[in-house]
Amino acid sequence: MSKVKVPRKSTAVDMTAMTDVAFLLLTFFMLATKFKPDEPVAVTTPSSVSEIKLPDTDIMLLTIDKEGRVFFGIDGQETRKDLLKRMGEKYQIAFTPEEFQEFALTTSFGVPVKELKQYLALEAADRAAYPSKGIPTDSLNNELSDWVWQSRLANNNIRVAVKGDQQTNYPIVKQVITTLQDRNVNRFNFITSLEKQGE
Amino acid sequence: MAEIEGGGGGGHKKGKKVRGKKQSTRVDFTPMVDLGFLLITFFMLTTSMSKPQTMEINMPVKKDITEEDQSKVKASQAMTVLLTENDKVVYYFVDEKTGEPGTPVVANFGSTGIRKILLQENRVRNIAVDSIPVYQAQFKSREITEEQYKANVSRIKSFKNGLIVVIKADDKSTYKNLVDILDEMQICNIGRYAIVDITPLEIELLKNTPLAS
Repeated sequence: MSKVKVPRKSTAVDMTAMTDVAFLLLTFFMLATKFKPDEPVAVTTPSSVSEIKLPDTDIMLLTIDKEGRVFFGIDGQETRKDLLKRMGEKYQIAFTPEEFQEFALTTSFGVPVKELKQYLALEAADRAAYPSKGIPTDSLNNELSDWVWQSRLANNNIRVAVKGDQQTNYPIVKQVITTLQDRNVNRFNFITSLEKQGE
Repeated sequence: MAEIEGGGGGGHKKGKKVRGKKQSTRVDFTPMVDLGFLLITFFMLTTSMSKPQTMEINMPVKKDITEEDQSKVKASQAMTVLLTENDKVVYYFVDEKTGEPGTPVVANFGSTGIRKILLQENRVRNIAVDSIPVYQAQFKSREITEEQYKANVSRIKSFKNGLIVVIKADDKSTYKNLVDILDEMQICNIGRYAIVDITPLEIELLKNTPLAS
């Protein structure tokens, strides 16, 4: 009796199908991706049941962190350049073309106008370490008010979004709201995260 | 797999024509798959898929508010909600006859706290809110269109004798409290509310109200 021979099968698997799937997913993510704008501070937004989505473009983002510092960000490189020009004229600071270029690429910042030159001179990677004081909002030196006003002049369709941290104290939020109201921005958005079920 | 064949195999076959080896055309895909998945991982981590949620706030134009407008709210309709420290809410009604603030009551956030009271108070004044869930069910089962649903809801919400909530936050409250109470307005279908600055009288009132309950 001869032994029944078990035929040896190759362990190599056809990778083609897997490659197809991998590249399909890759293509999807590459097309769907929109890089997260680098944020100067981490902010945990409060949750709400609201399901309105924030529009993609023409957004002015006011970030308020836990300590009450206000950060300012605006969409669009051209708008940013225009805005910087206007602010430079207002505060009589001459910005160089390099600084305009740098500012056009800055998504969000929180320094007084006087420190802006110094801030823009830093490498993008070092800016996180810069001791940002936030944009002054007190009534004596309300730079935020100017930023808001000049932004509206630079881009009339701008929408204001306020992104506050859960633990931000109310007075600073009120100050920001009052500033917006003073500049006739009576319609704005609070950015929230989606409410978890069962809460 | 891409085999690289050793040349030693065919040496002993003497006298025969040296044939060009048929090379396999199969290529090893493994590194390519590795690379593919590496890139997928990268894009998955950097992508921000969901757009942030927002809450729309409309504030009145500051200059246009006159004393008259402010006092137009009927005392029986208005409920004042004060936000204060430790995520507590204090609410009171103004007595219609005397114009004095009624007894303040302390409540918590959440479904058993302020929401219950808001729902109850709103329902007393505007019984039509009961039909909002009905419309919602109809909308979900496609009996009415989105426009009809929205029109009905906004009609009910803007009922002129409905509850008006005056939201006042003190300096110890947080942004979260503000968003939470605005959220409650939406949950409880309260169409008319306003964020107003707190008055010294109310700060005094808060001081005299023990928060622990």
